[in-house]
Formats: sequence, C-alpha cells, structure tokens
Amino acid sequence: MIHAIIDPFVEFAFMRRALVGCFALSLGAPPVGVFLVLRRLSLMGDAMSHAILPGAAIGFLVAGLSVPAMSLGGFIAGIAVVLLAGVVTRSTILREDASLAAFYLVSLALGVLIVSVKGSSIDLLHVLFGTVLALDDTALILIAAIATSTMLILAVIYRPLVLECFDPNFLSSVSRLSTPTHFLFLVLVVLNLVGGFQALGTLMVVGIMLLPAITARFWAQDISNMILVAVAAAFASSLIGLLVSYYANLPSGPAIILMAGAGYLISVLIGAQGGLLWQLMPRRHLEA
Amino acid sequence: MNRRLFFIAAAAFVAMLGVSAEVRAAEPMKVSASFSILGDMVKQVGGDRVEVFTFVGPNGDAHVYEPTPADAKELSESKILFINGLGLEGWMTRLEKSSGFKGTVVTASNGITPRKMVEDEKTVTDPHAWQDLANGKIYVANIRDALIAADPGGKATYEANAQKFLDGITQMDTTVKQAIAKLPPERRKIITTHDAFGYFGAAYGMEFIAPEGVSTESEASAKDVAKIITQIKKEKIPAVFLENVTDSRLLDQIAKETGAKIGGTLYSDALSPADGPAGTYLDMFHNNIETMSAALSS
Repeated sequence: MIHAIIDPFVEFAFMRRALVGCFALSLGAPPVGVFLVLRRLSLMGDAMSHAILPGAAIGFLVAGLSVPAMSLGGFIAGIAVVLLAGVVTRSTILREDASLAAFYLVSLALGVLIVSVKGSSIDLLHVLFGTVLALDDTALILIAAIATSTMLILAVIYRPLVLECFDPNFLSSVSRLSTPTHFLFLVLVVLNLVGGFQALGTLMVVGIMLLPAITARFWAQDISNMILVAVAAAFASSLIGLLVSYYANLPSGPAIILMAGAGYLISVLIGAQGGLLWQLMPRRHLEA
Repeated sequence: MNRRLFFIAAAAFVAMLGVSAEVRAAEPMKVSASFSILGDMVKQVGGDRVEVFTFVGPNGDAHVYEPTPADAKELSESKILFINGLGLEGWMTRLEKSSGFKGTVVTASNGITPRKMVEDEKTVTDPHAWQDLANGKIYVANIRDALIAADPGGKATYEANAQKFLDGITQMDTTVKQAIAKLPPERRKIITTHDAFGYFGAAYGMEFIAPEGVSTESEASAKDVAKIITQIKKEKIPAVFLENVTDSRLLDQIAKETGAKIGGTLYSDALSPADGPAGTYLDMFHNNIETMSAALSS
C-alpha cells in the first residue's frame, strides 16, 4: 500500500514536480479561499479567473508560451479589474458583485477577441487548461514564491481581515485599514489564480482555491482551524488526485479537483459542523 | 400591364446576368479546403484555374478550430469544399450547415485504407492519412476528379498539373525511403507530442510514440507520461520531436527527465507559412525527413 503511494513519486521526476507544485498551491490558495467563502464572495474566484484571460493572452502573444510573460499579463489584467470594480463600487450605488461581474465580462470578451484576432497557432484553451505534468523550474519557483508571499501577507493583514469578514462597518468605523486590507486581499486572490493557472489552468485553479475552503466549513468553527483543515484537504486532494491520474489513466488537473469535490460531498454528508447525517439523527427536542 | 412589363424586363435582366456569368468563366473557380495541407494540394492541382480558400491556415490546429463569419462567407461562395474526413474536422459539419453552402463536399481521403488504433480502450480512426505519400496520391486523384467534374473545361490543365504533382510525390517517396534505410533499425523510434505519424510509421517502418492521442483535444494523464518515460529509458530512444501545432511544455519535461535530446520540429497537421521550412506538402516531407535523419543518425 505504502509502496503504491510512494513509488510513482520516487520513480518519476515529473510526478514529484507535480506534487510539489500542487502542495505549494495548496498552501496559498485555500486560505485565501476560506476568506472568500466567509465573505460570501465564493463566486468571485470564478469571475476573477476569467478576468485574467486577456492579460495572459497578451503575454502569450508577445512572448509565446512564457510563464513569466503570461503570469505578469494575467496579474496586471486581474488587478485592473479588481481596482476598477473597487473604485466603481466605492463611488457609485453599485454593489461589488455587480461591478465585478461587469468588468470581468468585459475582460473575458476582450481576452477571447485578442486570441481570435491574432489567430494563435496553439489553441489557447490548452494553455488555459494548464499542464500540471509539465511544470518546469520557472513555473515551480513562481508558484512557490506566490505561496510564500500569500502566507506572509495573510499573517500581516489577518486581524483586520477577520474583522472585515464579520463586521466591515465596525472595522471602517474604528480604523482606516478597511480599504487597504480589502484591496490587499483581492491582490492575493489574483496572485493565487495566476500562480495556479500555470499548474491547473484558469478554470481548475478556482477549484483548488474554493473546494477545500468550503469543505473546511463543515469541520471547523473558527477561522484558524478552517484554514488548517482547508490546507489539509487541498494536500490530500492533490496527492490522491495525482495518484488516481497515475493509476487510472485520467487527466491530472480534473482528477485533483474531482478529489476535492469528493471531499466536499463527503463533508456535506458527515461533516461535524452541520453535516446532513447529524441533522437527520433524531433529536430529543424534535420529538412529539 | 405595367407590372407584366416589369416582370419581362426583370426576366431579361436575370437571363443577361446568366449569360454574363458564362462569359466570365475565365475567372478562377472558388473552392475551399479545410486545412493548409489539403489547401496546398488543391492549389497544386488547380493551378491558376481555381482560387483556394483555406480555413485552418499555416501552423493552425485542424482538430480544434472556431470558424469565423468570414469563413462562412467564403464557404458559401465556394463551388467545392475539400475536407480530409476520417473525423479530423469535427467543426466542419456545423459550418457547412450554417453557411448555406450549396456546392459539393469532396472527402479527399476517399479510397484510402484507414488506420484504426486503440486509444483508452476505444477504437478510433486515425485521420492523419496524408502522412503516407501513397495516400497523398489518392488525395491528389480525388482532388483532380472533383475539379474536372465541377469545371470540365479545365480537364487538360488539371490532368497535367496532377500528373506533375504525382511525379513529385513518387520522387519524394523514394527520398524518404532512402533516408530511413540509412538509419540503424534500432534507432527508428521517435517521440512526438500527439499521435500524428501513424500512417508515416506504418508506410516507412518507423515507430512513433506520443503522450497525446490522435486528436490534440485530449489531455495526457500521469500514466501516459510515466509509460513514455519508462519506454524512452528502457529502449534508449534517442530523440523527441516537437510539432508545430501543439503545446511543447510536456515534451520539454519528458526530454529533461529522460536525457533524450529534442530533435527539432516536425510538421504534422499544418504547413508552415510560405516562407517557412514546410510551405508545401512536399516541402513538409522534405523538412520532416531531414529533421528525423539529423537527429537519429548521429
């Protein structure tokens, strides 16, 4: 059993790289996801993953399949959408979700347009779906650097961020940190999406960010425990997903995310915090 | 009364249009081809008498393609649509319907013996038939017959062009066979990104191994990659080759892990731009065989 788990990684460097890349991603993205979930911004991850498309496309057209160029482009596009949406939200009657939706849709259309007009030789969808099995040194360093800075920044803004989650009005009334905290947090969301899209592709990276975080809600009550559970769930999904891909001959990215999805479904059923199973158990005060 | 006069005038006008269309027959006939390799073949056979529109251009991937409105317009004006068939252009059926195309669809691969291959326990047809020059001859014959049927006036031209092209193909066939005969048999093994050289391998005695299946649409699994790495190490396969139509990142990693060298770029599903190394069907073979020989003979 233990051999079945270790052997693929001992034998093949690409499996080790894939695992290291996914673990690094699992350290940065799920904690960000936890805060997204708590702030009821779960769907924002999805929106942002589309918003980075035009930047990545421009990077691809300028420099080809270059990790730094595509990441930088994606990062700039993501930040632009976040900032514009933020400015509009704070200065007009629109809520954040509406202005984000508006800007990400424009951004997505722009991305598709750029790709089509230039008529790239390689279908960009392949780029967008990522290749966790083909992580080179540049991509690994990028992912690791993003994970490191995510953890450091989260540590610095942890307190205001927690406050902002539960009572943003209180935070803005006692401190001027509300707006900078919020933007710094959105920068982290974009950074992690950009980092993850090298490994899993823009669509799949949202999965590793949010599914473990949502899963964690069923197992932990306070935020720090939720983060720990989310990271652990992401680690487990990465490892099991890669092994499933190896033994069952399935594409790796979807396998990893489906493992995270399976973890979520199990948690919905038996999770310690409000799992369905516990709700169905007969309780005394409900009896007639 | 007036109305009747109007109809007569209109009818006369339409008739005149018809006549003038006959007179203008010297203009080239418009035809479409699904991808660059087929487009080049049609150009070679049609010469000046046809104007060829190609959907998936140089270095484009014909497995996955999103047609544009301009494509639909060109197609609706074409008299013949040449496709490869064998499941290569999955996107074509929809375009054909939506564009209101009324001409003839000619499947250039008609009459070849399709290769079946097992992929993920399913049998699929390998569409890359043009990679065998013997099949290329069948393509040329099909194209010639279709052009003659649509434009009988150009029969002599098409036959002469086709004959010249066929002679070129025969010559290239000999060149390829000679080049491969020079390679030591144990080195006639090649890794490429997707299974595009099945026909080439079967025709000329070369073994091709690829992490992606016959369509570039599929994603590689960890098992596929592991199998190839093991195979490269065990059989001491000397080189891996990139293709002009696919993402090279995976192959770069495989090369790094196994120590196999990257032998160069092979043209599989698309030609290069006209000024590149593989601007025509025959140049493509020339480039591929040179690249393979250089990497495998050393």
